[in-house]
Amino acid sequence: MLYGLDFDIAHTLGTSVLLLSFALLYQRRLTGVLEAFALQAVFVAAAAAWQAWSQDAPHLYITAGIALGFKAIAIPLALGHIVRKLGIHRTVETVVGVNLTLLAGVALVALSILLVFPVTFASGNVARENLTLALSVVLLGLLMMITRRNAVTQVIGFMSLENGLVLAAVGVKGMPLVVEGSVAFSVLVAFIIFGMFFFRIRERFDTLDLQYLETFRGDRQVDRP
Amino acid sequence: MNATSPILLQALQFVLVLAVAPVITGISRKARSRLLGRVGPSIFQPYRDIAKLLRKDVVMAENASWLYRVAPYLVFALMWLATALVPAFVVRHPLSPAADLIALVGLLASSRFLLALAGMDVGTSFGGIGSSREMMISSLAEPAMLMVIFTMAMFVHTTSIPSIVDFVLGRPVGLRVSFALAVISLIMVGIAETGRIPIDNPATHLELTMVHEAMVLEYSGRHLALIEAAAMLKLLFYLSLIAVVFAPWGIAPAAATGPQLAWGAAAWLGKIVAGTLALAVFEVSIAKMRVFRVAEFLGGALLLGLLGTIFLYVSQSP
Amino acid sequence: MLTAILVAVAALFCLGVLAPAVRAGASGDIAHDLVYLGSALACLVAGSAAAWFLVGGQAASLNATLPMGLPWLPAQLRIDSLSAWFLIVVNVIGFAASVYGKGYGRHVDEPGRVLPFFPAFLAGMNLVPLADDAFTFLLSWEFMSVSSWLLVLANHRQPGNARAGMIYLVMAVFGGACLLLAFGVLAGAEGTYYFADMRAHPPTGWPAAIALLLIVLGTGSKAGGVPLHAWLPIAHPAAPSHVSALMSGVMTKVALYGLIRVMFDLMGDPGWGWGAVLLAVGAVSALYGILSALLQDDVKTMLACSTIENIGIIMIGLGLAQVFRVSGLGALAALAATAALLHVFNHALMKTLMFFVAGALQTATGTRALERMGGLIQRLPITAALALAGAAAISALPPFNGFVSEWMTFQAVLGSPQLAQWPLRFGVPVTGAVLALAAALAAACFVRAYGIAFLGRPRSPEAASAHEVDGWMRAAMAGLAALCLAVGVLPMIAILPLSQVVADLVGSPLPALADGPTLSAWVWLAPLEQGYSSYSGLVVFLTAVIVTVSVVAGVHRLANDRVRRGPPWDCGFPDPTAAAQYTASSFAQPLRRVFGTLIFRAVERVDMPEPGETRPARLEVRLTDPAWVALYAPLIAAVGWITERANPLQYLTIRRYLSLVFMALILLLSAVALSR
Repeated sequence: MLYGLDFDIAHTLGTSVLLLSFALLYQRRLTGVLEAFALQAVFVAAAAAWQAWSQDAPHLYITAGIALGFKAIAIPLALGHIVRKLGIHRTVETVVGVNLTLLAGVALVALSILLVFPVTFASGNVARENLTLALSVVLLGLLMMITRRNAVTQVIGFMSLENGLVLAAVGVKGMPLVVEGSVAFSVLVAFIIFGMFFFRIRERFDTLDLQYLETFRGDRQVDRP
Repeated sequence: MNATSPILLQALQFVLVLAVAPVITGISRKARSRLLGRVGPSIFQPYRDIAKLLRKDVVMAENASWLYRVAPYLVFALMWLATALVPAFVVRHPLSPAADLIALVGLLASSRFLLALAGMDVGTSFGGIGSSREMMISSLAEPAMLMVIFTMAMFVHTTSIPSIVDFVLGRPVGLRVSFALAVISLIMVGIAETGRIPIDNPATHLELTMVHEAMVLEYSGRHLALIEAAAMLKLLFYLSLIAVVFAPWGIAPAAATGPQLAWGAAAWLGKIVAGTLALAVFEVSIAKMRVFRVAEFLGGALLLGLLGTIFLYVSQSP
Repeated sequence: MLTAILVAVAALFCLGVLAPAVRAGASGDIAHDLVYLGSALACLVAGSAAAWFLVGGQAASLNATLPMGLPWLPAQLRIDSLSAWFLIVVNVIGFAASVYGKGYGRHVDEPGRVLPFFPAFLAGMNLVPLADDAFTFLLSWEFMSVSSWLLVLANHRQPGNARAGMIYLVMAVFGGACLLLAFGVLAGAEGTYYFADMRAHPPTGWPAAIALLLIVLGTGSKAGGVPLHAWLPIAHPAAPSHVSALMSGVMTKVALYGLIRVMFDLMGDPGWGWGAVLLAVGAVSALYGILSALLQDDVKTMLACSTIENIGIIMIGLGLAQVFRVSGLGALAALAATAALLHVFNHALMKTLMFFVAGALQTATGTRALERMGGLIQRLPITAALALAGAAAISALPPFNGFVSEWMTFQAVLGSPQLAQWPLRFGVPVTGAVLALAAALAAACFVRAYGIAFLGRPRSPEAASAHEVDGWMRAAMAGLAALCLAVGVLPMIAILPLSQVVADLVGSPLPALADGPTLSAWVWLAPLEQGYSSYSGLVVFLTAVIVTVSVVAGVHRLANDRVRRGPPWDCGFPDPTAAAQYTASSFAQPLRRVFGTLIFRAVERVDMPEPGETRPARLEVRLTDPAWVALYAPLIAAVGWITERANPLQYLTIRRYLSLVFMALILLLSAVALSR
């Protein structure tokens, strides 16, 4: 049953990423969502680093670095800062209850297993598991996007979906353009976030002129959520 | 040295769990106080509390029935029996084949059934609050625990604890994800059932924030002593169960000699105390949840257990 | 033996016919005693004969042919191990209900509407397991339905009971029609209606699927599987309590007998898909039933919803047995079948006991509403003690019998990794999770019911002045409670006779009993293998007793014995009225919030008066049954639409009627001509 420590560590890291996807669905506060996402990015970085070491593919270290620096540190900090500044409502509004969302998540994991396992007899167990876990994370990211009303949480869902794709990519031996793909995705995500917030700022204040925004500091009553 | 008589060991197990349970609660309170910057009571204070309560008179409500009087004895006896059936320092006892994991869950359920009924006996709102919330919590915690048992049992093809321990001890150490999910789920269930923060505050004085305390609000004297002792035994039960199922190293085998038994007991005590300290750290670092958030917490535990079972197929299948 | 049972059944029929005559001729009391004591005697004879047949083990089956029925189809009756088990269930509960009825029958509004049909109902339920051809089966089934329908209408002047009767009749007709069509398909091209011939030539392919679907619909509707369950909580409470007990405890099981007979015996080997269907229906019924039960205020409606839950549990066991049987895992199939059939017996005992308690409550307080009871443990001490045993048993608590069958079902669920089909490998653990959830919710439901009804303070004057019920009712309840404890402590009492039934049903015996019963089998229930999972009710019970006694002795040595009485803790705000304590809806409120909003679209509204107004506050809880909205309401609307369109057919001229007859004749003749 045990395929060596190699399998076990990859297995554990992958499952931690999946567990954090569930934790993302469970959170009711925006700060909790950002923290869970940051932790998930840390585990994805760890998985990428572990694969870099065990597959002897140094370029994966760069992927790990991007995941750590960009997604674990920069984005959560930036999002947290913007959330506070714009006074965005800090509770997560869900379309259906948390329990039902979690139940749907478990059903999606079962679906991934049912999809992957009966058709991949030829590959080794490591690859099969990795694929299953990655597919589950992708599906859970999609689930998060469709069951949340708040735009911030939808973006986080998209980024956790991307985490799943990165997990799949680093798990496969010799996958080309992983680093380039990671960078491209990150730039895409950054543009989405900026676009979303510019839209919102324009909606609120009828202007994107940051000079104008500065005038509000001090005299304006910030809405308490 | 010859192997000691198994019946003697079983009796010793009964005495040991009863003797150790109050000090575990004492350590938990002391650790929590220290982490909050207070000096805290002595770790032997629970013994003194129980002795004090035993000496006091019982004051009962005028309309309390025979169920109210009988319940504390049964609640305590069933809880003591359940805790004594979890192997502590030796793998197998003569009574082990009588009650497997599912039967232990059943014994806990009986104990809780009687306690909830006793809470409703006097007919005040506080008892109703406690019983109603306790049944909500248990209706989600019990299935989560059964899912954890399923995960273990599907792996080992048995629900008897000694067989599970033999199986886990006989294999090399590895990181099994389904077991990790199962132990997380069992810890969540344990926190909920023993009434710790974030589910329930065992030290609160506000009735609206109580779950377990509200059920036993009317009890006094020796009845309250029995119920408090039962609660301490419940904490020991969950710590002991997690230790023996997921970390059984150090436990003495069935035909054990004196030194092996002593080592088994020491290992068990060490694991229990470590668990208590970890629990204390967890309790001071998290706030109490709203009552309806508890349902989501336990729903998460149930789904984690289900996920663990599903993952078993992933890591086991051809 | 078969003759003894048939004589008993004939006696029951006679009682049914005699009752109105005796009532008219002599006095009502003599008729009452005659009917109930006669039924008790008949059930005793029939039950003993069936038990003797099952345990004696001389013949595999006994046949009898009666010169009744259709001209070319004399009634064929047969008793084999499966029939014997169900006959035992029917007659044990029938005996208990007759004893109970002797006391309770005096409190019924119109005894003349109950006395003739009660023995007839028992007779019908006895005949269904004995039937060995489709005609006798259907005849007894319909007889059972009609007599119970008449009993449902016994209190027809009470509001809502007439509607309950109509709904019950519609569902019974639907079930009967499905069964009729199913047996038509099973009879095949040759048109053989004898079960022996059906067994020899089971259908395959599409006819088999259609037959099984019709059987599942027909028997499932009578047993109360979701979504055909909506009539059960409406019809069962409307009947008098001893009849409700028979309907919930026995008639639903007889319906399941029909399902087992066709699926496991007559059809040969239907495939794992149908096992999966049973698992799914069982799981949904279990969860749905208990959640409905938690939200009910009427004691009998709550018990009827709990029946739906337990039927779900039995269906889960049957589904598992089918699935394991198809996969060739004989030992596990035997375990699952034993669990299911044991739960048939256990639930019959427990549910009957609880319905008897409900009848006692209704007799004592005059109401069925939980919100108007309270504090009855002081007024009805014996009933309360027996009800506690029943509530503990039905909540699956050791050392009672409910726990044993649930334990065995869980053990069967644990065998799922050995299954080959992937959907089953996922489906069975999910079913196990649902089963665990249903069991935990059942405990919550019965804590609520017992706590609100018996504990606390009386919530109405009727509850405050209730009196203990009479000896016959108490005796019946005590007997059932004793049986619950006995089967829980020594499950072999029931499992040993069951071993033959299971061996015949799934083809392999339970491994523990394969070589006959041993002394250790009596103490330890280790169904699959010694040294693996085992449970001993006896040891747990004895140890619990010893520990409790030592605790009591120890505490009385160490502690003082003084007890003082005082007012309850009120936090400084004494509440003089009993209205301040928890009510049934408030107890269920956390669970209603967690589960009810999703499944039942539960909506709570509190209407608080302004300060200064003197009206009371109102709590309004609105629930909708999704099966009713999705399935029944559209069907009823469709039927209404069709009947409205077809109404003009009642007012045609004679010429039009003649042309209708002519067209029907031409149609049938053309069909015959074309099929040549």
